[in-house]
Amino acid sequence: MLRECQIVIIGGGPAGLAAGLYAARARLKTVIIERAKWGGQATTTEELANYPGSVEEPTGPKLMARMKEQAEQFGAELLTTEVTAIESHGDDYILHVKDGQIKAGAVIIGTGAQPQLLGVPGELEFRGKGVSYCATCDADFFTDLEVVVIGGGDAAVEEAIYLTKFASKVTIIHRRNEFRAARSIVDKALQNEKISIIWDSVVEEIRGDGIVQEVSLKNVKTGMKQEMATDGVFIFTGTKPVNDLFNGLIKINEKGYIITDEDMCTSRKGIFAAGDVRVKKLRQVVTAAADGAIAAISAEKYLEEKHEQEKAKKLLDKEVKKIC
Amino acid sequence: MLDLNKDNFEQEVLGTPGLVLVDYWGTSCEPCKALMPEMEKLMARYGDKLKFCKLNTSENRRLAIGQKVLGLPTLIIYKDGQKIKELSGAENCTPKAIEDMIQETLAV
Repeated sequence: MLRECQIVIIGGGPAGLAAGLYAARARLKTVIIERAKWGGQATTTEELANYPGSVEEPTGPKLMARMKEQAEQFGAELLTTEVTAIESHGDDYILHVKDGQIKAGAVIIGTGAQPQLLGVPGELEFRGKGVSYCATCDADFFTDLEVVVIGGGDAAVEEAIYLTKFASKVTIIHRRNEFRAARSIVDKALQNEKISIIWDSVVEEIRGDGIVQEVSLKNVKTGMKQEMATDGVFIFTGTKPVNDLFNGLIKINEKGYIITDEDMCTSRKGIFAAGDVRVKKLRQVVTAAADGAIAAISAEKYLEEKHEQEKAKKLLDKEVKKIC
Repeated sequence: MLDLNKDNFEQEVLGTPGLVLVDYWGTSCEPCKALMPEMEKLMARYGDKLKFCKLNTSENRRLAIGQKVLGLPTLIIYKDGQKIKELSGAENCTPKAIEDMIQETLAV
């Protein structure tokens, strides 16, 4: 089945939903595609208190549910399916999805990012068996147990604090001797009696028997190694872009993030990118949403210009015919 | 989907001949909840070949840990009571990956 629309948005996180809202509000026929989880990474954050206006019940899931509802109210069509390929078709693009194709004049990519793997032995083997990248999903399991958190940014420290509501002890393991996280979050963690910190150390291996039982630590300054018993390993060492679809189609940087200008235009006409998937300094819900709005307006302008050019060309053709 | 708990898990999963798919989910797991309608769709398509069940791990923590499940979402296919396939984590448990896992199981 072939559907046609004016703007197709890939990704149902804050970037995609904001783009959808703006595009639909501009009366463009808009389709947003999400492969699994509407709301994206933000739905796995319990406390999302830094989104402007998110005062009442400031949780990730609540905020994202409201964004989704708003995009729908303005008339964006929401599809849960996976895009398997993108091809250009004249001036348009055709997206292949599981049960058909979607043709659109412009594409906005808001596929976001996903947790960066640590890349140590045992990590993949114990995924879902004590190794986790989502505290809100899995904290329950570790009630009255001991866990380690790996990382030193906002996510690591915030999630460590969240985990103290369940676990009896939370140990943060960080490769440096200070956190990158915001001061207010760090202060909260330092005051928490359940949290202890191991500085200048990395996890080299995760071991267990069916489920996680211990980690091997190495101090990066002294080279000293030690084993530490634990029931769970929560990894928050950053994210990587979800870019499988666009490799080769548009320009990305050495880390795989899509390169755009400030209007969210990529290296290819008619393709725009917004949110965590593009090269930027601050990856937050508020910056993703802002990107989405800009991308939608840029895409709208692009479609208008394309339409004007087509009209002018037709007019010119007519004139030429008259003269001949 | 059949709701599992500590009283019926043994009989409905471990003691059931043939293929059983168990969707391990939790009340605070948003990716799990997002997956639910997709699981219903898969059940409509494959429900005659596999028995579709779900287990709320928030209410049955020990039972889940007993099955070595400590992370969500997790989907396990059992054959004659034995685990034969497993998928875990929000990034891995996409509707497409789950359907692929079901088809691989049926192709054997």
